[in-house]
Amino acid sequence: MAQSEQEILEGLAEIVNEETGLDTASVEMDKSFTEDLDIDSLSMMTIVVNAEEKFGVRIPDSEVKNLKTVRDAVTFIAGAQS
Amino acid sequence: MTSNRDRRVVVTGLGATTPLGGTATETWEALLAGRSGARTMDFDWVAKYELPVTFAATIATPPIDVLAKVETRRLDPSSQYALIAAREAWADAGAPEIDPERLGAAIGSGIGGVWTLLDQWDVLKEKGPRRVYPLAVPMLMPNGPAAAVSLDLGARAGAHTTVSACASGAESMGYAIDMIRTGRADVVVAGGTEAAVHPLPISGFAAMQALSTRNDDPARASRPYDTGRDGFVLGEGAAVIVLESEEHARARGARIYAELASVGMSADAHHITAPEPNGSGASRAMLYAVERADLSPTDIIHINVHATSTPVGDVAEYNAIKRAFGDHTENMSVTATKSMTGHLLGAAGALEAVITIQSIYHRLVPATINLDDQDPEIPLNVVTGEHQKLPDGDIAALNNSFGFGGHNVALAVRSI
Repeated sequence: MAQSEQEILEGLAEIVNEETGLDTASVEMDKSFTEDLDIDSLSMMTIVVNAEEKFGVRIPDSEVKNLKTVRDAVTFIAGAQS
Repeated sequence: MTSNRDRRVVVTGLGATTPLGGTATETWEALLAGRSGARTMDFDWVAKYELPVTFAATIATPPIDVLAKVETRRLDPSSQYALIAAREAWADAGAPEIDPERLGAAIGSGIGGVWTLLDQWDVLKEKGPRRVYPLAVPMLMPNGPAAAVSLDLGARAGAHTTVSACASGAESMGYAIDMIRTGRADVVVAGGTEAAVHPLPISGFAAMQALSTRNDDPARASRPYDTGRDGFVLGEGAAVIVLESEEHARARGARIYAELASVGMSADAHHITAPEPNGSGASRAMLYAVERADLSPTDIIHINVHATSTPVGDVAEYNAIKRAFGDHTENMSVTATKSMTGHLLGAAGALEAVITIQSIYHRLVPATINLDDQDPEIPLNVVTGEHQKLPDGDIAALNNSFGFGGHNVALAVRSI
């Protein structure tokens, strides 16, 4: 079932909060995972796997390096759901 | 043998999270009150696996009450306990300003991240490799607690992990003494941690008949030296101290609890689990510690013993003490605090070092509980009933720790 980008953003923010302790409000579309949110590669892998489960999509390992910003992830997940 | 005490090592901070309390002070007060930390376990896995032992000395203050949620998620419980105790010890020492390259960490563990190891094994079997937590390996590695403490305090002189079963925590303090004596560091945060109240270690210890099965009366189950003792009570937690060169501590006007004067170590090379019955290995460790602390055996007025409440181990330790101290044995007051704390395995020696330091600092020895009928084979002068006052003036004590594998560690504590 496809979700709106806003719904995906909110769900993703919850996953990021759970893994890193960052406030959900800090997870904004234009934030970079590494530069702005200081998320390392290990945490990123956990976020990806949890997002797969939450959103019912598959995010290939080869795709993860392309998910630089929160918007990249939301757009990919939305596309994979449709 | 030279003692090398020209660079004396002193204790300036104490920290602990134990079955008796969430801090070193709470633990000390519970010891003076003679409380037991053993309780029936209410975990669903106790009934699920039909464990033969249904109680343990579980941690008094859950880490989630102390740490940030994300810290509890990214650290194995063994690292969580170590971090809590280390932060307390560091604050207690006044959070000294120090060049990070002169600050070290030494945190021992007997078993390591057993919860993470086995939880993640379940994840692998049930959900596949992709679902295994990316932090699984750094969480389960036995040096995880030392690494966590080093990261948290910015300790860059070295982060070390001593592993010698139930002597691990005491050995880490010995290692820390050496780091300071040899000039590698001015301050070292040292201790031990264990989080092994888990069905697998419980089953393993039960299978070797090492655990008390007094399921109907947990608080009375840990009874070192009593004729009714039937094994140890598994405990969990961590204890950490801040060690400093005396020069460094004096220069910053720090409160000094005591001198951690020396460590004596030896190995039995006798049997993988059984202690050497005549106690020669353990007695050598004690005598090395006495000698390296510039003391004579008759200077030792108190021993915080290893005494786990097993039928064989308690007698072997007595034999070792008698061998080392001869007729002086009866002059020393002895306490077996595992009667209250349970056996914290890799944290046990560290916790008992903290208690020995508190005993010297406050000049009080907490009484051993549950000693109703003292084993005639162990005629030690055990403090029971009321805690005992230690005399004024220069005093010295030992803390014994022994581990599966034949590891013997004795720490000598001197008043300042």
